[in-house]
Amino acid sequence: MKHIRNFCIIAHIDHGKSTLADRLLDFTGAVTAREKQDQLLDSMDLERERGITIKSHAIQMEYTYEGQEYVLNLIDTPGHVDFSYEVSRSIAACEGALLIVDAAQSIQAQTISNLYLALENDLEIIPVLNKVDLPSANPEEVTDDIVDLLGCDPEEVIHASGKTGFGVDNILKAIIERVPAPKGDPEAPLQALIFDSVYNTFRGIETYFRVFNGEIKKGQKIKFVATDKEYYADEVGTLKLNQVPKKSVKAGDVGYLITGIKTAKEVKVGDTITDFANPTTNIVEGFEDVKPMVFAGIYPVDTEDYEELRASMEKLQLNDASLVFQPESSAALGFGFRCGFLGMLHMEIIQERLEREFDMTVITTVPNVSYHAYTNKNPDEAFIVNNPSDLPEPTTINRVEEPFIKATIITKADFVGNVMSLCIEKRGMIMNQTYLTPERVELTFEMPLAEIVFDFYDRLKTVSKGYASFDYSPIGMKVSKLVRLDILLNAQTVDALSALIHADNAHTIGKKMCEKLKELIPRQQFDIPIQAAIGAKIISRETIKALRKDVTAKCYGGDISRKRKLLEKQKKGKKRMRQVGNVEIPQQAFMAVLKLND
Amino acid sequence: MSGIYIHIPFCKQACHYCDFHFSTSLKKKDELIHALAKELLMRKTEFKHSTVDTIYFGGGTPSLLSISEIQFLIDTIHQHFTVSEAPEITLEANPDDLSVSKVEMLAQSPINRLSIGIQSFFEADLKLMNRAHNSTEAIECLEEATKHFDNISIDLIYGIPGLTNAKWQENIETALSYNIPHISSYALTVEPKTALERFIKKGIIENVDDDAAQEQFHILIDTLEAHDFVHYELSNFGKANYFSRNNSAYWQGKPYLGIGPSAHSFNGNERSWNVRNNSIYIQNIENDILPKETETLTTTDKYNEYIMTGLRTIWGVSLDKVAQDFGKNYKDYLLLQAESFINQQLLYIDNEKLLVTKKGKFLSDGIASDLFKINL
Repeated sequence: MKHIRNFCIIAHIDHGKSTLADRLLDFTGAVTAREKQDQLLDSMDLERERGITIKSHAIQMEYTYEGQEYVLNLIDTPGHVDFSYEVSRSIAACEGALLIVDAAQSIQAQTISNLYLALENDLEIIPVLNKVDLPSANPEEVTDDIVDLLGCDPEEVIHASGKTGFGVDNILKAIIERVPAPKGDPEAPLQALIFDSVYNTFRGIETYFRVFNGEIKKGQKIKFVATDKEYYADEVGTLKLNQVPKKSVKAGDVGYLITGIKTAKEVKVGDTITDFANPTTNIVEGFEDVKPMVFAGIYPVDTEDYEELRASMEKLQLNDASLVFQPESSAALGFGFRCGFLGMLHMEIIQERLEREFDMTVITTVPNVSYHAYTNKNPDEAFIVNNPSDLPEPTTINRVEEPFIKATIITKADFVGNVMSLCIEKRGMIMNQTYLTPERVELTFEMPLAEIVFDFYDRLKTVSKGYASFDYSPIGMKVSKLVRLDILLNAQTVDALSALIHADNAHTIGKKMCEKLKELIPRQQFDIPIQAAIGAKIISRETIKALRKDVTAKCYGGDISRKRKLLEKQKKGKKRMRQVGNVEIPQQAFMAVLKLND
Repeated sequence: MSGIYIHIPFCKQACHYCDFHFSTSLKKKDELIHALAKELLMRKTEFKHSTVDTIYFGGGTPSLLSISEIQFLIDTIHQHFTVSEAPEITLEANPDDLSVSKVEMLAQSPINRLSIGIQSFFEADLKLMNRAHNSTEAIECLEEATKHFDNISIDLIYGIPGLTNAKWQENIETALSYNIPHISSYALTVEPKTALERFIKKGIIENVDDDAAQEQFHILIDTLEAHDFVHYELSNFGKANYFSRNNSAYWQGKPYLGIGPSAHSFNGNERSWNVRNNSIYIQNIENDILPKETETLTTTDKYNEYIMTGLRTIWGVSLDKVAQDFGKNYKDYLLLQAESFINQQLLYIDNEKLLVTKKGKFLSDGIASDLFKINL
């Protein structure tokens, strides 16, 4: 056990985590030249394209240091606030963490919150200053930032470059010398932490775990504590680039387990694995049932594809347990599903995976958070509203509560004013303002989660010229003055466009919604009135003028081919539109409320 | 029956709205004419079993050619192809080229149809579009041309910024006063990468107004129909027996050979187009290479093209032809797609032909697109 090191990487998106991980794998010979590709640990195409990690991954390296053979387990973690619970479980599986900071950009909000998580778990932090080879690198100042934050010695900060491989040897040395070897009793009853699972079409769910005590053996009868289910360990092993089956995985090590489980729901990240006959009394702390934060309807563009969509969502759920959904129907869109997501990125990912992996063209409706409504009749019992249409009649409502968050934003001093105005516009209350350095400020706000769902990220990026990072954690429900804003097209309410909005903003948003929809819905053969309403009261109106002429003038010998292709493209575009009443609505119009400030 | 199109890629000056292929340098004119003749020779086998019924000199500005150059090209066609007894031979001409003597000489040549780029009789419009001629030349050329030619078409542009409905009406009346039997008329269209697009973006020229253009299109249809013109294609009006035979072939899916830089050809299965560059064109032809790209049409492509062109003409889309050429499932598909448009009175079926109604005429691109079949 004293030759095992378990470590994770904490980094902000784009600070070079995946590239540096690739270099570690190269250096230790974990990957042959033939297997090499960029962002090796990001196995989904989507992860590579977006340059982000969505799932956790683990890989084992072997490294000889001063004549001793060491086993290094790297647990790669997702880098987005939507997946912060997964990150916390990966951290709990390690004894050390590489804190990777971009030498040009310094520390970001997300990094700090993950760093605190790591410190709470008593992880040994190895600060790494990455991208030191960039002309824009500012190693002295960023080192000062790190020293301030960690209270470490400037000499402890390792300079590295994922691009050139510079400093990788020093990182490995530090991992071995500074990260403590795992502690644990190999003879004690089995106690292992599940930190991720992956769906494999042929073998079912592969569970990734870290053994704290005892050992897990092939053929052993085991139990998952939180779900209270029993399985046989059909196969156990360690994780090289490919899986290496073993007879057992012992205390201190990281491995995988195959039990024939078919659905991801049964494998909960954070759960404890123990022996069935001789269970541990010591379950791993920190387990939570992941709750979705953002809800939206997903509907097939073509109503006939409903069953196919259901099948696709079920398959997607097999490898993404954090996706929840239930059937719902909309007057405008017919049958579809109300889905719960971890956050906005998660929602986008699901939509994109449906399109890419299952070839489903879907409409996603305006996302919303989960509200609690209390009626006058029953003022103590919360009625959960995950869909604006479910909000009871305004006259019967006693009060409505919405989820609030604590938001942490780190930005440059120059942008503090802009960021504050934005947060205040978004109904935020400033709680704290700290100068981390003379140039870098940390702002803390309490604000409604719903405001984050609506175009917050994009606006934050704009007002700070990209120099702001953002993190949040839920702090509970608070009473709010909310109303339902309905949109009528051609005098018909389109329920899929309804949103719950703070009463004070309803007029402005209603007006902007009408304007945006006018822009997004193409002119059709008749006038289309667009109205925004609260209850029976119309608060704004626009009209899409009828299209009376769409025909281009000339069509001679040379024009035919080009014109045919143009009209074919137009037809393809229309195939992605949804007919509501007699109005054809393009996919992106359903998300109009998110783009009001574009 | 088939047609030959010859592209003359030269102009004296560039009209602001034009996105056709042309050069304002005449240096390579001789070389180009020889290359055109050689391309005719190189492609003579393409029309082996067909007679040439129409010859069309388009451009660019074909009226820049001398009579002997025109004669040389027509002779070359006769040398390599079988030409019908009474071919339609059209020359596109700009008013500033149509001097008294030029018209007289043209009348002596085999050219039997003139298509004159008048565009407007008003100075302000001509200036705005950077036409090479002025309003006096527009009038004078018609006076001369009508003395010698009876088959004349003129181009008129509507929807020009600043063109009022009254002025537009006046333009049409002027054309009618010369008893012109054919008019091609287009809305001023802002094509990408043209001077017009740049000027509008910079705010130098006011943007075109779709609603005004549509009103003027209505005025045009009403006025011309009252004067016995048949609106036989969306942008083309002709008196009986004066429809453009050459252009009708495009809309009826007949084969045509396009000679010269940027010219397009169609043989029933393939569309091809020559390179849009005079020097590269000449160089290739001199080296016995046809500088063209070819696209083979699938059944669906052909169906889509037939719908698109058919709806633009008075001949409409023949349901029998659809069934015969593409199969019964295409006809069923077409009828299914057409149903909602028929209910909205944008389409109607007459004598087994699918046609656009008056209201539908203005929307025929969108309708055609909806009737298309596409493979996703």
